[in-house]
Amino acid sequence: MSSLDPYSVAVALDGAGWHPAAWRFNTVPARSYFTAGHWVDQVRQAERGLLDFVTFEDSLTLQSSNLFTADSRTDQVRGRFDAVLLAARVAPATRHIGLVPTAGVTHSEPFHLSTGLATLDHISGGRAGWKVRVSATPAEAENFGRRTVPQIDERSLQSGAAQELLAELFGEAADAVEVVRRLWDSWEDDAVIRDRSTGRYLDRGKLHPVDFQGSHFSVVGPSITPRPPQGQPLVTALAHSTIPYELAAKGADLVYVTPRDADDARAVVGAVRQAEDRVGRTGARLRIFADLVVFLEDTPERARSRKARFDGADGAELVSDAAVLTDSPTGLVRTLAGFREAGIDGFRLRPGASEADLRAIVTGLVPELQSRGLFRRSYDTGTLRSRLGLSVPANRYAA
Amino acid sequence: MTYSRRTGFPKKQVHLAAGFPGVNHWTVWSDPRSGSQTDFASFVHLAETAERGKFDFFFLAEGLRLREHLGRLHDLDVAGRPNTLTVLAALAAVTERIGLVGTLSSTFNEPYDLARQLATVDHLSDGRAGWNVVTSSDAFHGANFRRGGYLDKADRYTRAAEFVAASRRLWDSWSADALVGDQPTGAFLSDPDIGRYTFGGEHFDIAGRFTVPRSPQGHPVLVQAGDSAEGRDFAARTVDVVFSAHAELEPARSFYADVTRRVVAAGRNPDSVLVLPGAGFVLGDSTSDARDRAREVALAQVGPETARAQLEQVWGAELPDLDPDGPVPAPPTSHDTTIRLGQARHAIDPLAQARRWYDRATTEGLTVRELVIAETTRHTFVGTAAEVAGQIDHAVQTEAADGYILSGHITPTGLDEFVDTVVPELQDRGVFRTEYEGTTLRDHLGLGAPTATTLPTDRTAVSRPTVVGATA
Repeated sequence: MSSLDPYSVAVALDGAGWHPAAWRFNTVPARSYFTAGHWVDQVRQAERGLLDFVTFEDSLTLQSSNLFTADSRTDQVRGRFDAVLLAARVAPATRHIGLVPTAGVTHSEPFHLSTGLATLDHISGGRAGWKVRVSATPAEAENFGRRTVPQIDERSLQSGAAQELLAELFGEAADAVEVVRRLWDSWEDDAVIRDRSTGRYLDRGKLHPVDFQGSHFSVVGPSITPRPPQGQPLVTALAHSTIPYELAAKGADLVYVTPRDADDARAVVGAVRQAEDRVGRTGARLRIFADLVVFLEDTPERARSRKARFDGADGAELVSDAAVLTDSPTGLVRTLAGFREAGIDGFRLRPGASEADLRAIVTGLVPELQSRGLFRRSYDTGTLRSRLGLSVPANRYAA
Repeated sequence: MTYSRRTGFPKKQVHLAAGFPGVNHWTVWSDPRSGSQTDFASFVHLAETAERGKFDFFFLAEGLRLREHLGRLHDLDVAGRPNTLTVLAALAAVTERIGLVGTLSSTFNEPYDLARQLATVDHLSDGRAGWNVVTSSDAFHGANFRRGGYLDKADRYTRAAEFVAASRRLWDSWSADALVGDQPTGAFLSDPDIGRYTFGGEHFDIAGRFTVPRSPQGHPVLVQAGDSAEGRDFAARTVDVVFSAHAELEPARSFYADVTRRVVAAGRNPDSVLVLPGAGFVLGDSTSDARDRAREVALAQVGPETARAQLEQVWGAELPDLDPDGPVPAPPTSHDTTIRLGQARHAIDPLAQARRWYDRATTEGLTVRELVIAETTRHTFVGTAAEVAGQIDHAVQTEAADGYILSGHITPTGLDEFVDTVVPELQDRGVFRTEYEGTTLRDHLGLGAPTATTLPTDRTAVSRPTVVGATA
């Protein structure tokens, strides 16, 4: 990849930002995180920055400061909307930016997921994506009461039992992605014919059963929703290790990874490419985006000092699966360039604070990239897929 | 309170909802004015039109599987639906006041998922969400879902009742004052256990933390359309709006009286439940013009092949040699219920229904197509705008209905003429709002704050006080 290829930059939206104390430093009241207006403002701001897409986080239990179990903290943001519906609410209020909600596959119905995301694609004119999420905690399972999931923690994560559970859950996730994708293709684009001479509205030969039978569920199809404008909305997944890399390699178009630095990025990219080979991926290779938590100020010192203030308010230093960067826009551009040299295709930036850092991305980072000829100066008219260099795939069922 | 100009007595207010034209033969796609059945722009047009007409709510049905006829996809009617909840969330962006009600299955969903989604739509619409609870449970629809057709028909209402009770438990799991958001002290929440709930019944044994703060309406408005005795009892105990299949005056009155009786027997105030039949309409410049137009619409709704397919469905048999413009054949002696799949059927005794159709055709001398037109077209209101307004007003004042869920036969412009001409007539009569007075759907329907329901089957019932002030 030439160093002058334009950068792809996405932003991950979640609550008040990715630092748990950020809500105490934003200017908006806490209630606003549960209003449509707040989310429309955030996404419009990202759209003013010409960003590729935004993601919306979600999970099937309340947030926790502990990765594996619930907590009782009352000093951090708790509560979230259903992310697909949040993205749908934002869609008519925006025009260009991609909308990528998180939706879980472990407990939800693949049929509903498929029609929900297809509808988001119709509503947004081809801007929909999906961040696939696996639910691996007993807390989430108990909300559905249909299966028992053993508790995993930091110590048991590498045990045989835990890895077996993860392999099963990610296997089911791969099935769910496959069903969702088949349902998207189950209407050919010209299935509606409105033939007055024969009285037929549909050409039933252009509607296809998906006939999926897996060990966890079976779905007959076809979908009730016509094929989305992108054919296949952009499928994405966050992955930190081999099993999720393979899920992404099997089912996704784009994977978010969490390298610590450029050297680590080289190793992660290698691991992702190996996973692609192992699962026999065909077609376009996975787009690999690095997830980075960012605190941006005019100078690195100011960024460090703001993060330190946040840490002080939370009572602990920020812990994240992704690298945490405190920098100026110029410094961040240098860091991103290093990741690009290592084979990273794009970036999903997680703003430390939803106000200060989203604003800094839009008014600081983007102009820095533009001045180096590394970022678009206006949106084209294409879909989210086309923005990422992915074509509308041929319908698997079309003759 | 509005008073009748004629009698000086108070008049009941009419409630109106706009149903998006359905996936069935009532929706005429052959008309040049017919637009897309699935493009978002069509949904926007109808929702904006209904809001311009100050309707109480916009109403969406749900699709779980494409319909089949004679073992193949049914290809004569409009088909295809976007996801109900996703469309409602997006419509919240382009409307301000009108309620947004979606049909969602209590069989092929789980309470935690669906309660989150409905609470989300209620937040994103500032208190305009509603849920039409449907209980379809057959294996045909189940083939698209994780558990298949696992639910016995007899259990569908017990599951629905538990589903609603569990959803209410989830909606009540955040108190209205849970969000503190005090930045200096760092108190985001008032309660370390916020969102914690348990529900244990025959169908659901669930526990955990709910993620959505209490929504503007507390609970979205609940709607239900079941017509069986069980369905009516479930509605009487549980919901805010009954979507009735009985629009003609006399059957509507007896349905209204029956539901009222059941609501009182369930210990509820009859004013807390509205009965809204589904209805169609055809308007004209004069009475005879309206009748002529109704005739044209009926012929478009029931083409020759649709007439054949409808008779095959009621006869429970394939009728390949049938002449749609010829006489109705003798009624069947056996009935195959799998002729048409994926469509609600009301006939409890299909052979008796076929016999009744045959007798009517014989008595009135109807061809197959004429019979299907007479039996299946749903032109509840036919006349000039003033006449239709009078018919609606009369029905509402005489306890046939509290209003109607109206569907036009053209997508998406089929309601335009009604809003432009009948709504002003209703407003002149003093029976329909000229401006929205409240902001939430509960406000439009005149409903109070929601109450929790507790079921005898629930092993985890908590005597938590109902949260009040939820719409503040």
